[in-house]
Amino acid sequence: MEWIQQLVNGISLGSIYALIALGYTMVYGIIKLINFAHGDVFMLGAFIGFYAIARWEMNVFLALILAMILCAVIGVIIERVAYKRLRNATRIAALITAIGVSLLIEYTVIFFRGSSPEAYPTVFTTKNIEIFGVQISTLAIFILSVSIFLMLLLQFIVHKTKIGKAMRAVSHDADAARLMGINVDNTISATFAIGSALAGAAGVIFGIYYTRIDPLMGIMPGIKAFIAAVLGGIGIIPGAMVGGLVLGVVETVVSALGYSLWRDAAAFVILILILILRPAGIFGKNTREKV
Amino acid sequence: MKKSKIFWGYAVLALVIYAVVQLLISNGVIQNYYQNMFIAMCINIILAVSLHVIIGVTGQFSIGHAGFLAVGAYISAICTMKFGMPFITAILIGAIVAALAGLLVGIPSLRLKGDYLAIATLGFAEIIRIVFVNTDYVGGAAGLQVTHQSTWTYAFFGVFITILVISNFTNSRHGRACISIREDEIAADAMGINTTYYKVVAFAIGSFFAGVAGAIYAHNYYIIQPTAFGFLKSFDILIFVVLGGLGSLSGSVIAAILLTIVSTYLQEFPETRMIIYSLILILVMLYRPTGLLGSKEITAYFKFGKKGGTRV
Repeated sequence: MEWIQQLVNGISLGSIYALIALGYTMVYGIIKLINFAHGDVFMLGAFIGFYAIARWEMNVFLALILAMILCAVIGVIIERVAYKRLRNATRIAALITAIGVSLLIEYTVIFFRGSSPEAYPTVFTTKNIEIFGVQISTLAIFILSVSIFLMLLLQFIVHKTKIGKAMRAVSHDADAARLMGINVDNTISATFAIGSALAGAAGVIFGIYYTRIDPLMGIMPGIKAFIAAVLGGIGIIPGAMVGGLVLGVVETVVSALGYSLWRDAAAFVILILILILRPAGIFGKNTREKV
Repeated sequence: MKKSKIFWGYAVLALVIYAVVQLLISNGVIQNYYQNMFIAMCINIILAVSLHVIIGVTGQFSIGHAGFLAVGAYISAICTMKFGMPFITAILIGAIVAALAGLLVGIPSLRLKGDYLAIATLGFAEIIRIVFVNTDYVGGAAGLQVTHQSTWTYAFFGVFITILVISNFTNSRHGRACISIREDEIAADAMGINTTYYKVVAFAIGSFFAGVAGAIYAHNYYIIQPTAFGFLKSFDILIFVVLGGLGSLSGSVIAAILLTIVSTYLQEFPETRMIIYSLILILVMLYRPTGLLGSKEITAYFKFGKKGGTRV
């Protein structure tokens, strides 16, 4: 029974990774950039949620929505200011800029509020519900239902709306999409907005679940979410979800086996194995190199 | 004939710099604080030049250089502290083990390209760090105490040998093969260059000198802790190479010197330092993506009017 509990923990952690990974995978799918700053948008989301709940005494859901909106705005600003000029630059230049933006966000936050961690207010009186003899906390159920709702919403946006269609078109072939009259710049901005909003939501959920946030908290989950995106096949939305869940479960299992200090190493070992054995990811198709 | 003249010119210049600084140190003109800054500068130059071989010359984007620094630091510290070896042997052993680590990391990951390679090297560096955190023999997360043995002499000759080897490598047949991989890997392959071999060689050379830097680093700061070798350290090294100009050895040396001075004066304000670093990184990429010197060497700027092929 303890195992099922660990599995539930793993899925909760995994759904946080999945939410962040979705932003990575969407951005990568559309402009082929590893947006290193994505983990920091996640951190900003956690802090916005914290101030909304603890200082301005908002309801959790209002705080969640506020964090998502503000993160979407931040994501668009990052894209417009830093990445837009680099559309035609080399991949390495774009990657270095992303690293720079990430460091800039982290240390600007530290500069203004110090690097001390913050304790998230308790928003739920956590109860354990017994389902088939397994104790599941309401918190885990909350996390799961919010993330599943957001993922379904994302699926709806991507597959049923006009902007979703534009996003798919641009990621397939940006030039052809432009010829068809799609505003590529706005579509890319929309992708950043949606991805960043999901990261902001993940930040608030993370804060509620782990109750401790600090300005450098985005680095590790950010990189792990990237690993999740690669695991599922980068650029593929269901892949990011599955990758996140798998990674969360693996990490929890490694911790439960008593190797909690090796937890981070496990994620990187998965990354290296997947890159070497199947670089296209679980859901990806192998593309052949053309000269 | 002419080449050897240039070489001796630089060798004499280097000796003069060494002798002047050594004289000032032994006369007490340069205080401990600045002496430390000079040693840190040397360590950073070695790191910058060693990463320059991988990124600048061969074009393989590695952001896990701190991992090899950690290997060099820990292995050399084990040699001196646990086995009581002399410092110079420890430097060599640290460097060789770091080169082996480079081979071990390079052989699988150099099949990858661009972003994926970057992430894989980052992953390997983190794994190396986590291994040291979990090894009680080297003190785990608390770190390992090391006696202070690095002096200006060791640091300077470290720099001298690194630059000598790497500039000779770059101008050799092997170096040209590496440059061709940077310019176009597929074309290089088609010309019959064994691209995998040269990529791995460049990686191993880079790791070797990162190991040298690690050994000097470990014996300069009294204690080494795994947290000192995280991503931030890798990014610190990366910024030297990027700011100096991808492909320019003298550029990365100049960037390392400048940024060491900047960060020494900003030691009291680490946040400000990181904000300045990140702004430099972003602005350089947006407005001058080739870095300060581009792929040219600084010597190229003193050769106006002379005829001759462009240097790479």
